Amino acid sequence: MVKFVKISRQAVEHVALLARLELSEQEIGTYTEQLNTILDYAAILEKLDTSEVQPTAHAVPLHNVLREDEVRVSMPQEKVLQNAPDAENGFFRVPKIV
Amino acid sequence: MDITAKTAGELHDLLVQKEITSTELTHAFLDRVRRLEGQVQAYVTVTDKSALKRAAEVDAKIARGEAIGTLEGIPMALKDNMCTEGIRTTCSSKMLEEFVPPYSAEVAIRLQEAGAILLGKLNMDEFAMGSSTENSRFFPTHNPWDLERVPGGSSGGAAASVAAAEAVYALGSDTGGSIRQPAAFCGVVGMKPTYGAVSRYGLIAFASSLDQIGPLTKDVRDNALVMNAIAGHDRKDSTSVRFDKPDYTQFLGKNIKGLKIGIPREYFGEGIDSDVAKVIWDAVAALKDLGAEAEECSLPHTDYAMPAYYLIAPAECSSNLARYDGVRYGYRAEGDDLISMVRKTRAEGFGPEVKRRIMLGTYALSSGYYDAYYVKAQKVRTLIKQDFDQAFGTYDVLLSPTAPTVAFKFGEKSSNPLSMYLSDICTVPVNLAGIPGISIPAGFVGGLPVGLHLMGKAFDEGTLYQVAYAFEQHTGFHKVKPSTKEVAAHGLE
Amino acid sequence: MAWSDTYEMVCGVETHVELATKSKIFCGCTTEFGGEQNTHVCAVCSGLPGVLPVLNKEVVNLAIKAGLALNGEIAEFSKFDRKNYYYPDLPKNYQTSQYDLPICKNGWLEITVDGAKKRIGITRAHMEEDAGKLVHSGETITSSDESYVDYNRTGVPLLEIVSEPDLRSIAEVVAYLEQLVQILDYTQVSDCRLEQGSVRFDINVSLRPKGTSDLGTRTETKNLNSFASVRHCMEYETERQAEVLDAGDKVVQETRTWDEGKGITISLRSKEEAHDYRYFPEPDLVPLVIERSWVEEIRRTLPELPTERRMRYESLGLSEYDAGVLTSSRALADFFDEALSRYADAKILTNWVMGEFLRLLKANQQSVLDSPISPVQLAELLELIDKGSISGKIAKGVLEDMYATGKDAALIIKEKGLGQISDEAALAEIVEQVIAAHPQSVEDYRAGKERAIGFLVGQIMKATKGQANPSLVNKLLKEKLS
Ligand SMILES: [Mg+2]
Ligand SMILES: [Zn+2]
Repeated sequence: MVKFVKISRQAVEHVALLARLELSEQEIGTYTEQLNTILDYAAILEKLDTSEVQPTAHAVPLHNVLREDEVRVSMPQEKVLQNAPDAENGFFRVPKIV
Repeated sequence: MDITAKTAGELHDLLVQKEITSTELTHAFLDRVRRLEGQVQAYVTVTDKSALKRAAEVDAKIARGEAIGTLEGIPMALKDNMCTEGIRTTCSSKMLEEFVPPYSAEVAIRLQEAGAILLGKLNMDEFAMGSSTENSRFFPTHNPWDLERVPGGSSGGAAASVAAAEAVYALGSDTGGSIRQPAAFCGVVGMKPTYGAVSRYGLIAFASSLDQIGPLTKDVRDNALVMNAIAGHDRKDSTSVRFDKPDYTQFLGKNIKGLKIGIPREYFGEGIDSDVAKVIWDAVAALKDLGAEAEECSLPHTDYAMPAYYLIAPAECSSNLARYDGVRYGYRAEGDDLISMVRKTRAEGFGPEVKRRIMLGTYALSSGYYDAYYVKAQKVRTLIKQDFDQAFGTYDVLLSPTAPTVAFKFGEKSSNPLSMYLSDICTVPVNLAGIPGISIPAGFVGGLPVGLHLMGKAFDEGTLYQVAYAFEQHTGFHKVKPSTKEVAAHGLE
Repeated sequence: MAWSDTYEMVCGVETHVELATKSKIFCGCTTEFGGEQNTHVCAVCSGLPGVLPVLNKEVVNLAIKAGLALNGEIAEFSKFDRKNYYYPDLPKNYQTSQYDLPICKNGWLEITVDGAKKRIGITRAHMEEDAGKLVHSGETITSSDESYVDYNRTGVPLLEIVSEPDLRSIAEVVAYLEQLVQILDYTQVSDCRLEQGSVRFDINVSLRPKGTSDLGTRTETKNLNSFASVRHCMEYETERQAEVLDAGDKVVQETRTWDEGKGITISLRSKEEAHDYRYFPEPDLVPLVIERSWVEEIRRTLPELPTERRMRYESLGLSEYDAGVLTSSRALADFFDEALSRYADAKILTNWVMGEFLRLLKANQQSVLDSPISPVQLAELLELIDKGSISGKIAKGVLEDMYATGKDAALIIKEKGLGQISDEAALAEIVEQVIAAHPQSVEDYRAGKERAIGFLVGQIMKATKGQANPSLVNKLLKEKLS
């Protein structure tokens, strides 16, 4: 069985990068502490033997929900861009990528 | 006659009998909103112009002698995580403060087609994460029963608006108790339908496999009426179920003699306030008086529901909220390059609770921990579902308190995330299992409402309404309102 | 000394194929190529808050069809997962894809290189959505101060086909890709327009000392979209890795990009984290349960695949090379087959199709599908040659006119008066005029100089502007001179 482990400050920094959150030094400290408290609480799950249990991803079992291959009208470009923080010439504009 | 105190059912009759017009009704509610909002702060956006325009259309229809639907011309409001075309939809977040959706949620469309008058959009915990509405980026909503206290959350604005008669009814969303817990705190009726019974299309996702939209109403009949309007299959939502949708009002008034009610003892553990428990045991006695058979039972995996929930919901949220990056819509911070722009945008656009859950969920899904956390939690979910399946082999309905305590004071739990999370301890298992749950007013502790929580089999909302209605008519707690005097004492009226 | 004397190459390819549906995978937007930026976009594929996906049935049908054509096992239970990573061309910042339960596993296809046949394993094929397009303000992504995003392509359905690392030479890689694209083209799973990016290749390649069996460190070069760039890219990348290894250094495991202009691969290593995609089951989509009857229904729609077709052509007496060219695309093979149903001499037909017809297409930079000449029209032209209405030489000119105008051969011949003079009386008159005008040649012929008759034939052809029926001219001359 996989054991729950304590989350380190470095791990919190790594997770913040994965999650694209810029955290202050203080926030990193707070989150490290709070995530550990929550994960400590979640460690109770270790007590359960679930080796024979199938995971449940969906509350209601459904399958094969499909639609026909039919084209529908798209949105007008101005509606697509209506909430864009920065747009030009019908494009969304973003700062330099690398 | 204070028409704002009336239920949708009563108001429909008045409209049909031409004793009032929808315009008068809408004005009455807008006036009340104006007078009470300074204290209650349930609304993020009030759509008075479009509401009055809609009301005039309904009045014209009545004047032409056309028949109107049950909810037609009746003012209501939506939690601000349901998209409304042309009306800003904020999720009470800085991230979406300026966001105006170019489309409407399926529930909004269904209610519009039913002739509902939308008064506005209701405050909530940011992105539906919280149990007190203190996590709103704009302002906290106050509990109309005691303005020093929270209305519950995350549908705090929805519950408070109905309790304060600032709307006839409201739609909330419930991921771990977010309809039922505020309904309990504010003394109204709140239904979390079976997963798949109400379309999620246009509901801004928190945790996709748990989120459901449901009604918050003054009484059980109104609740059934709103369910009639919003439930049913939607092909735009792949998790929406094709089922034989009944007329939910047909269950009202059916007696409950011989109905079997299970009382899972795990829901009365430590943490449940003894006064709250006493109110619930009184409720059990009342149900027995009505002929129901009630006995203790066990859902053995209940203790594991909260930790499983606090892995599954954040995991899904970490992915659902990835789209808020400052590129296509929403808040955007300046940054030298793309990554720094995105990281700053999310750092500034999200509040602390949202960030905490994104962090937790990202961690739970990350390489090396996925099996230990996420898969483990999903397996526990299976066990919780099995507990319910087994119990429903014997019982028609299960019963518990909705929340372990009555409404708490502002700030009381906001410094300790875990203690806040525990206020959903009775409601969370229901979301994990996908079954329906309803909270109805069951009495008071220290002048504050207590909610009775009834849980049913999947797609058996009907039986919940049957029991809830019988209880409500027998006890009448729903008729007790936050006193005008008390509200006036806080300078509300 | 070439690196291949020292090292062995190990290569596997991931191929992204755009599936030939009308609408996108999870919404009703069109998949049509092009269009003004951000006009083939709706609430769903632009990832607005609150939207939900609904799976296009045709995507599943085409994925099953491709899986069958690639000899794969079609899953009985399959599901979608979210692949989480941030990139501005990805509206939700996750890609809906398939992780542990893809729709197809364990396929293979057969390639022939230098006459040797080899089976290449296909690990899996899975369905996913395409991302949008980034346009950079500068020449390359690294030299740009800002970029522009167009989401027209987001949500276009893709099938990602992952090969086993079975490929050992560039020739094998190219043969594998050609064969793969042919199969996808034949099954019409994709329109396979490489120039529009509807098929893209990611090449994973490593070197190891010859005779060893451990895998070397590999690099992945992404988004190649032609066989030629795969070839050039691999020539460069294998050479580069060999130099690194020769110098005693280690190849860095990384993603690289092919710079077509410079003819080099460039490292795309970012300062960022190693990829951690945090896959988890897509909660907004429900699983697929694929009944065997569904699979069998699709199996029945599978056409004759390229290998079977090549064998059929060879049995008609065509060479292996000719059969290979004719089956190189389904459109060409279909063209050939339709013409063949009207004109039975496969060899003559092959000469015309592979010669004049392909030359005209190439000269006009058109594909078979764009050809203004129909297979029936070509067959009619060949029939006219056989009937003696025109000579083969004139027929070439007629074919060019057909290509330019789309008219039938018979009409062109009539309009231009190109029909051969096969009228004996008319020709006899010209023959006599020519005999009278060239007494010396007549004398030479009668004196036994056989060659002199050639000169006379030439003169007659000249007088008739080449339209005289040559065999008739020969016959008449011999009669008059005997
Ligand atoms: Mg892929
Ligand atoms: Zn779309």
